Amino acid sequence: MSYLPKSPWLVHYDASSCNGCDIEVLACLTPLYDVERFGVLNIGNPKHADIFVVTGSVNEQNKSVIKNIYDQMADPKVVVAVGACATSGGVFRECYNVQGGVDKVIPVDVYVPGCAARPEAIIDGVVQALGVLEEKYKNMGKVAK
Amino acid sequence: MSGMNALLAVILYIVLAPIIGGLISGVDRKISARMQGRYGPPILQPFYDVFKLMAKQNIVVNKHQKFYILCFLIFVIITGAIFFAGGDLLLAIFALTLASVFFIVAAYSTYSPYAYIGAEREMLQIMAYEPMVILTVVGMYMVTKSFNVIDIATYDQPLLFSLPGIFLGFLFILTIKFRKSPFDISMSHHAHQEIVRGVITEFSGKELAMIEIAHWYENVFLLGIVCLFFASNPIIAIILALLTYFLEIFIDNNNSRLKWQSTLGSAWIVALILGVGNIAFLALL
Ligand code: SF4
Repeated sequence: MSYLPKSPWLVHYDASSCNGCDIEVLACLTPLYDVERFGVLNIGNPKHADIFVVTGSVNEQNKSVIKNIYDQMADPKVVVAVGACATSGGVFRECYNVQGGVDKVIPVDVYVPGCAARPEAIIDGVVQALGVLEEKYKNMGKVAK
Repeated sequence: MSGMNALLAVILYIVLAPIIGGLISGVDRKISARMQGRYGPPILQPFYDVFKLMAKQNIVVNKHQKFYILCFLIFVIITGAIFFAGGDLLLAIFALTLASVFFIVAAYSTYSPYAYIGAEREMLQIMAYEPMVILTVVGMYMVTKSFNVIDIATYDQPLLFSLPGIFLGFLFILTIKFRKSPFDISMSHHAHQEIVRGVITEFSGKELAMIEIAHWYENVFLLGIVCLFFASNPIIAIILALLTYFLEIFIDNNNSRLKWQSTLGSAWIVALILGVGNIAFLALL
């Protein structure tokens, strides 16, 4: 067992979201939900983060940004797509500039549904991501050997 | 201190300081959370963080950065070793400054704009706190007539009574040293939007873990200096150090960040009034 699940640091990126999901992500940090009690920190720096939380859909403008943030993160890393927009494009799906969900550009490990996703659902998504993180860590060792 | 005892003190320091420093940092996060009305992370959280960082992939931007970070850690450890072996306080302070220089060079070596801003602000911080640190050592020398920690620690009267101004001045710059608001301009334990993570932006994995451990060593050393102000009674000295740290947490949670100009200006004014004032008073007596 590694210490990864005990200290997940996340970086949050707001793709073209309506800000509804972002406010719910920030709500997780407030005294009511306080994700720091699980060791979760909103670290704001991709190089230090383990979990990439994306809200909102992918469009031509932010495609490269999402890819860039993902590439800068150190292994093992997981991606959590929060909200209907991030999972599939949501209400913006039909827009001329929208490509769809985050999985169009980077591999997504956990999909959190909802419009907006509730803080409980986001925390649950992050907790599920921890399992994936641990799994990836084990496999990372194998590849290295 | 005899050679054997000094060696023992150094070994105890090297083994115990990271444990104590980590625990202090864990309690810090818990108390901060409680002050904000949150439940807070477990006390052992800083250790989980460091162990996790050890397991992460290490992204290196410049192959020399590893060497600089290693030097930073080693010189911070040497600083504490000199101090707890009862050696020259002035030498310990200079070793700490050298460690900071390695830290800054490491940040510069990454060529990242955020690390650059962080490194520049880190230098401003050194400029801000260094006069007061030197005045603290000078004040201690004027009272005890020795730069050796062992002589200062075994001085029969508490230094606090002859150096109240210097003590307050030292408390002031401790906020800068501990990287607490309102003086956490170069980096802090929280994300800052405009500088990302400042000096440590480009370090990941093991290097970040080493920086964190170095800060634990540094904090124990700084609290050791606080203890020196009441060294004639070790229990009161430790209580004084803990109260000091609590005060820093309190200040941290009640202030927003200042600009670097205010950091530099206020630190120098405090050094001038409290530090120089105290020393002038001692000289006139
Ligand atoms: S899922 Fe709903 S709340 Fe979230 S960003 Fe999309 S439209 Fe806004």
